[in-house]
Amino acid sequence: MTTQAARENLDAWTREIVAWHFSPETGAPFWLDYAAKLGWDPRKEIHVYNDLDKLGEFQDDWLRGGPVQRWIPRGYAGKPVYVFETGGSTGVPKSRISIDDFRIDYEHFSTTLPDSAFPKGADWAHIGPSGPRRLRLAIEHLCQHRGGVCFCVDLDPRWVIKLIKRGAMQEVELYKQHVIDQTLTILKANPNVKCLFITPKLLEALCEKVSLRKLGITGIFCGGTEMTPQWCRFAVEELLDGVAFHPTYGNTLMGLAVSRPLRAEENYAIVYYPPSPRAMIEIVDPDNTTQVVDYGQTGRVRLTTLTKEFFMPRFLERDEAERELPYEKYPWDGVKNVRPFRQLEKSVVEGVY
Amino acid sequence: MRHVPILRHGREYRSMDLAPAIHFKTRQPIAQISQANVGLIRRDLLLDQQRATDALAAFTTRELIALCARAGDLFLNDDLDNETPQQYVENVSATTGMPHALARGNMAKINSMCANMETVLAGLTRNVPLDVLDQGYINGDQPVSFYPRGQSLGVVLPSNSPGVHSLWIPSIALKTPLVLKPGSAEPWTPRRIINAFLKAGAPPEAFCYYPTDHAGANEILRLTGRGMLFGDIGAVKNWATDPRIELHGPGYSKVVIGEDCIDDWPTYIDTLAASIAANGGRSCVNASGVWVPRHADAIAAALSEKLSQIVPRASDDPQATLAPFATPATAHRIDATLQAGGLPSRIAEHDGCTYLLPTIVRCDSPDHPLANKEFLFPFASVLEVPQNAIPHILGPTLVVSAITSDKALIRRLLSSPQVGRLNIGALPTNAIRWDQPHEGNLFDHLYARRAFEMSVA
Repeated sequence: MTTQAARENLDAWTREIVAWHFSPETGAPFWLDYAAKLGWDPRKEIHVYNDLDKLGEFQDDWLRGGPVQRWIPRGYAGKPVYVFETGGSTGVPKSRISIDDFRIDYEHFSTTLPDSAFPKGADWAHIGPSGPRRLRLAIEHLCQHRGGVCFCVDLDPRWVIKLIKRGAMQEVELYKQHVIDQTLTILKANPNVKCLFITPKLLEALCEKVSLRKLGITGIFCGGTEMTPQWCRFAVEELLDGVAFHPTYGNTLMGLAVSRPLRAEENYAIVYYPPSPRAMIEIVDPDNTTQVVDYGQTGRVRLTTLTKEFFMPRFLERDEAERELPYEKYPWDGVKNVRPFRQLEKSVVEGVY
Repeated sequence: MRHVPILRHGREYRSMDLAPAIHFKTRQPIAQISQANVGLIRRDLLLDQQRATDALAAFTTRELIALCARAGDLFLNDDLDNETPQQYVENVSATTGMPHALARGNMAKINSMCANMETVLAGLTRNVPLDVLDQGYINGDQPVSFYPRGQSLGVVLPSNSPGVHSLWIPSIALKTPLVLKPGSAEPWTPRRIINAFLKAGAPPEAFCYYPTDHAGANEILRLTGRGMLFGDIGAVKNWATDPRIELHGPGYSKVVIGEDCIDDWPTYIDTLAASIAANGGRSCVNASGVWVPRHADAIAAALSEKLSQIVPRASDDPQATLAPFATPATAHRIDATLQAGGLPSRIAEHDGCTYLLPTIVRCDSPDHPLANKEFLFPFASVLEVPQNAIPHILGPTLVVSAITSDKALIRRLLSSPQVGRLNIGALPTNAIRWDQPHEGNLFDHLYARRAFEMSVA
């Protein structure tokens, strides 16, 4: 597919999604109410992807608190609905509804995984957050979709954040070891587990205990928190012992962005490509958030999710990155070296140090 | 542009993650500093510490003392890693604002510490024969044995003043490998010290140098057997209950004048001013309070007059003794704190640099918000407090210089667990002696004594 064809595909998909969410027969109450206040009909005004700017920015707080039913499209009335939450270390977490999106997203993602590293029929282990997040169900579905079964070890990141906030680092360490101990038990008892989903910190901790290659692991799908080029290089050179490594970027709201293969000659730059047209990641000028920056320039990450279950146009993430050129497998913009959006330090430092 | 690599038990490593060292005045990078990720630090410290311990154990203590002297000389005089002594001074000044003259003074202090290592060890060990570190015991009428409390010393370092590094240097003579996290604005001094030791013949395995973030610093403290942490109140608070870590937070050092001497206060003004302003007021041994039974108004006025002679000058001016703030926003935040305490703005701009002028604040009680504060410039409060309230009213105080002959007051100060170092007489708070560890005792931190007896068949 060419870049132009991909863009036309995105524009057509945008029209279809807008028609769905703003139609009284199929749209969600939230968007129908929103359209009523606009004074114009998005179905008539939004013709291409860029026209979504007319709707303004999607506000973080819209996803905090209920009723969650206002997000369920009428076109899906009566279907079983999941609710998934993001972050939420303090206060009310953001939540979104889902019916099949997590399955669709991860089936798409499955096509990007090489069978050599993630063999069909192999079992998986998911070492990471479950509970209110979609990740566990998504990984489990990915594994089942590829013909395996998925073992799961839970990690409660909200508890870890609480421990860190009260400076209980010893407890953090103990909790991490508790997760790793369970993981080792599963891996040693189930030789058909060849694929892992794991967070970066847990991967480090696991590799301190064992050689994953010697345990028979052939592929690692890593995500959940930020990864830097240095971290990826460290993982490839010192942790993985040749096991295939696939970093990803994503969240409950957007889905899953896959990375271009890591290359030492590119300084292990991590370049992610969103699952267009179902979601887009763009890099915008932080002071003018409708303006996409030039290629290679740094800006704030802006997400747009375009599925029939969930419509989230122009959501400003708390991340920054560089805009990257399209890639042969993904002929649309990518994002390079995603990291937290820089904040100004405000505390007064007392003392001479 | 110069690159400063990580050292992983002596092996240089260039990170993908580079942090620029920024010249405070031009705001341009002058070097790139490789940053260590947490996992890398963990991997090194989990796998490789014994090798470092073994490398130092191969030397006798006497050999290490001689090595320290050579390293001190190299640190002061030699080109190390293509850095001349003058370039080192310029680098320190460029990223911290410290005037060249003060940086050179601190160089001399580090050199002196290295040159006097035998005296330093005698002070730290209270003259235990040094052979005890080589064979682990001394037999005889009074057998003595010490064992190391940890495999290495992890040190999270500050950026305020190079002289502070003299506190951890004896670790090498005490056969304890070093794992250093340099201050973000001052990567130069610990690196130059390591380079000097390596050139002097120290085993490379004994040195880890990890420029890193807070998480990396915490990992160093967790995984080394013993640690030292230099930091602000917030940083040291998190480690307050961990006996493995020696904490070096704000010093809140003070000069106290007794009833018997207070009427002679004009004769002590020079001592007071030196205590407050030496080394640009950037040390934890600088006085941040003058607590007296009376004449506080006159003392505050006289000190203000005296310190007003300290004015901003160019970094390379030999007369420069006041450092600009490498980050002007820090100066402005401190200034806001001073103004909230009732002072006018103390900001001064000179030649494109931001300074805080030496400041004396007359506080009417210890409850005044500025009565017991410490900042990175010459600053002190002057308070009147009844003599019988000393020392308990002082709070934790790294150095007390007590100008008094009053035996009861001296006895109370000697008994106080809140006083780190005690000077009696008109001695500035920044007066230190190598045989008198003033801020913790590194030998006690690194070694513990065991009961020991030996019967040779």
